[in-house]
Amino acid sequence: MTTRPVDAVLAREFGLNAEEYARVLAIMGRTPTLTELGIFSVMWSEHCSYKSSRVWLRELPTRAPWVIHGPGENAGVVDIGDGLAAVFKMESHNHPSFIEPYQGAATGVGGILRDVFTMGARPIANLNALRFGDPGDPRTRRIVDGVVRGIGGYGNCVGVPTVGGEVNFHAAYNGNPLVNAMTVGIAPRDRIFLSAAAGVGNPVVYVGSKTGRDGIHGATMASAAFGEDSAEKRPTVQVGDPFTEKLLIEACLELMATDAIIAIQDMGAAGLTSSSVEMAGKGGVGITLDLDAVPQRERDMTAYEMMLSESQERMLMVLRPDREHVARAVFEKWELDFAVIGRLTNSGRIVVRHQGRIEADIPLAPLADQAPLYHRPTMPPPPPAPCGEVADTVGLEAALVRLLGCPDLCSRAWIWDQYDATVGGQTVKRPGAADAAVVRVEGHARALALTTDCTPRYCAADARAGGAQAVAEAWRNLTAVGARPLAVTDNLNFGNPERPEIMGQFADAIAGMAEACRALDFPVVSGNVSLYNETEGRSVLPTPAIGGLGVLDDAARAVGIALRPGLDLVLLGATAGHLGQSLWLREVAGQEAGPPPPVDLVAERRVGDFVRARILAGTVAACHDVSDGGLLVAVAEMALAGEVGARLLPGPDGLAPHAFWFGEDQGRYVLAVADSAALLAAAAAEGVPARRLGSAGGLDLTLPDGATISLPVLRRRHEQFLPDWLEG
Amino acid sequence: MLREMRAAVVTFPGINRERDMAIALTRSFGRAPRMIWHRDTDLSGLDLIVIPGGFSYGDYLRCGAMAAHSPVMDAVRAHTARGGYVLGVCNGFQILTEAGMLPGALLRNAGLRFLSSDCHLRVERTDTAFTSHYQRGDIFRAPMAHGDGNYFADDATLDRLEGEGLVAFRYAPPTGNRNGSARDIAGILSPNLRVLGLMPHPEDLVDPLLGGEDGKPLFDSLAATLAA
Repeated sequence: MTTRPVDAVLAREFGLNAEEYARVLAIMGRTPTLTELGIFSVMWSEHCSYKSSRVWLRELPTRAPWVIHGPGENAGVVDIGDGLAAVFKMESHNHPSFIEPYQGAATGVGGILRDVFTMGARPIANLNALRFGDPGDPRTRRIVDGVVRGIGGYGNCVGVPTVGGEVNFHAAYNGNPLVNAMTVGIAPRDRIFLSAAAGVGNPVVYVGSKTGRDGIHGATMASAAFGEDSAEKRPTVQVGDPFTEKLLIEACLELMATDAIIAIQDMGAAGLTSSSVEMAGKGGVGITLDLDAVPQRERDMTAYEMMLSESQERMLMVLRPDREHVARAVFEKWELDFAVIGRLTNSGRIVVRHQGRIEADIPLAPLADQAPLYHRPTMPPPPPAPCGEVADTVGLEAALVRLLGCPDLCSRAWIWDQYDATVGGQTVKRPGAADAAVVRVEGHARALALTTDCTPRYCAADARAGGAQAVAEAWRNLTAVGARPLAVTDNLNFGNPERPEIMGQFADAIAGMAEACRALDFPVVSGNVSLYNETEGRSVLPTPAIGGLGVLDDAARAVGIALRPGLDLVLLGATAGHLGQSLWLREVAGQEAGPPPPVDLVAERRVGDFVRARILAGTVAACHDVSDGGLLVAVAEMALAGEVGARLLPGPDGLAPHAFWFGEDQGRYVLAVADSAALLAAAAAEGVPARRLGSAGGLDLTLPDGATISLPVLRRRHEQFLPDWLEG
Repeated sequence: MLREMRAAVVTFPGINRERDMAIALTRSFGRAPRMIWHRDTDLSGLDLIVIPGGFSYGDYLRCGAMAAHSPVMDAVRAHTARGGYVLGVCNGFQILTEAGMLPGALLRNAGLRFLSSDCHLRVERTDTAFTSHYQRGDIFRAPMAHGDGNYFADDATLDRLEGEGLVAFRYAPPTGNRNGSARDIAGILSPNLRVLGLMPHPEDLVDPLLGGEDGKPLFDSLAATLAA
């Protein structure tokens, strides 16, 4: 514990620059106390204030008739019909997951769950978007193992099924993995709980776990790049307790069925500071906190430590004073701490008392309104060099085998098998069964479709095209199960915003996302920004991960990717044979080059709406979008999922076979149907490009050049990489 | 005229598959089970007590060890002494072994990782209240989701279980025995055949929309027995 004087040097160590510290002095009219400096520094950290990103985030479309609450609340809320709302958000826990993979990932899951049940929703699904370093880097194996165990350890215990997600590997993530966790919950649409405090004199109540010294200044750590000393930051990582979280979920939902709660907010990043400041600030009231009443797990904690602790599984509530006893009884039943730690005031200030002393007294309005907001310089990223014609030297069969076994395309079963995907008894499409996970709403025919998507190598080559592609692919994956895409949560993972080329990537990615969200009526309703993802000056690939949510009125209409014998395969959407930034180019030709495939948003929508209508009409047995690896990989994945082979016809004249079968042109789907003639006719009538690819049957995949691969051989190749690497 | 069957699901702090179990019971019994909080000890008038899966008390001690000492467990013992039926699934099975109501223990999975995937179970006997709607030798699918499902008992106990026909289910091909359980045991019965503990989750496979109805005969068996 520091006894140093509060000055500009200490402020710098707390992450405030000279200009920001001068602003603190101006607001306070005096030198702040240590606790006050701590409060300013975390509230004005990049993680809490979005000071570098806010000016750009405004460009994203956030409205639609079905949006109930967009960005600004704990999570986004959309109307899904039947009087129900889906509440969802994605959030990063990148920095902690590098320092301590198990706890970093586990507490990431815990934090995003709290964002959702804080709003009154029962969590029904978790997803996670993970980016790891090169499998050849000695650190990567330990990080993958720890992150996967951590996600499973937390999610399995709280009893929320982990139903989907994505994983990529790239050397750019060697020192900085990305762990983005998404939670989706369901609430009655007229029973959404918000965080704006109201009612002078009302009690401010602390519930959940006790406060310890863990995670102090975690938000500040999450707002800085890593140097060689990052391992020394382990004490800033929190420790998760999923059992307490489970109790907290049940206790909060039980209390939410009464009329006791006026406002509620979880204690996430910057713990008691951000929850109390945000609740009072949003409500336009003041707040006093008596830290002597805070349940504490360690002795002799100071005000500074308690205000900045990021101990997990804690919530702050404002209650109706005449219902305090109701709330206390609920939390006592669940054996959780319950303490009145303050009151709302009309002072417009946060006043923190501890052991008879006032440790902080800050006006709330300037703390929020005068928070730094930067329009940082941007430098447009250079356009990608064209990759030109790349000849095929290996043939279709060898390329397919190599691609299906490579880290970015191999089976994720080793990971899924560690996540409970069925708890809750509503999982209609489990991981790997369909392009999006499908989870039914208990007691209803209705189901949600859920996906996470981003292709970082596209974003690195062209952030604008990559941003649009990430949104389009999420929309496509929801469409491919038959769902109506409703809205997006985003998790924007980028490098150091003080570098103009990084801010250029950020601005471009937002522009591409905004364009696609508008064209597809797919607004952004919640999200999270994670900057400073770099270690020793090396930035991660720009990774704007998109979490997509769609709805199926009838879960029974959902289709998966598994082929069945006797069906015809039909490709929908246009193919130009785009090999730039494709996995074929990287894995087979050894180049990471060229522009990413362009996204034609008009065609995207036309083809997708056509596919969805055919699925809902019941004429499609299986559907898979064409993404990483291209068409042949998509067909092989369908064959493996269905344990049925296929015989493929040659591609069009004038297009090299490898470009047709491995190009990553966007906006395409492979459909398995009984009546391909009817499908081709319907597509022609609506101006949707369509082409019959072949038919399903047998136990071999027969390529158009006559090569034959047996499915068991293909499966072994597809499934061996992760277990061999991680268990070997 | 069928008698009204009375089933209850007991929940402890940290149990998380009580809703799945209630759905499966409702589907086969035609009425919802009573939900009982672990501090309630009045189990009178009930035919079947189900202890579902989850992580009671976080599994922070040994799986099921804390719940086994909960007041409700004395009432569950009294219920079995009266000839009542008890089903424990996953954490429920672990609780029954920790409470001494079934022999043996569930250790960490052999691979030391949580296992969540469908497994296949072979039905070892069909003359019980839990299995009468299966055929002997039937192999059916059920999701498993556990970190500690590796059934262990000493050889004498295993010999006795097998000798007395108290093995209800064994892991079977194609998925086989993935958690390392002794003699492929997935579920066992009490000597009076009225207490069943098993690790996999038949309650999560009772609906064609969710992948099949392989688990439904277990609940149909109970419904038929208890209605008789």
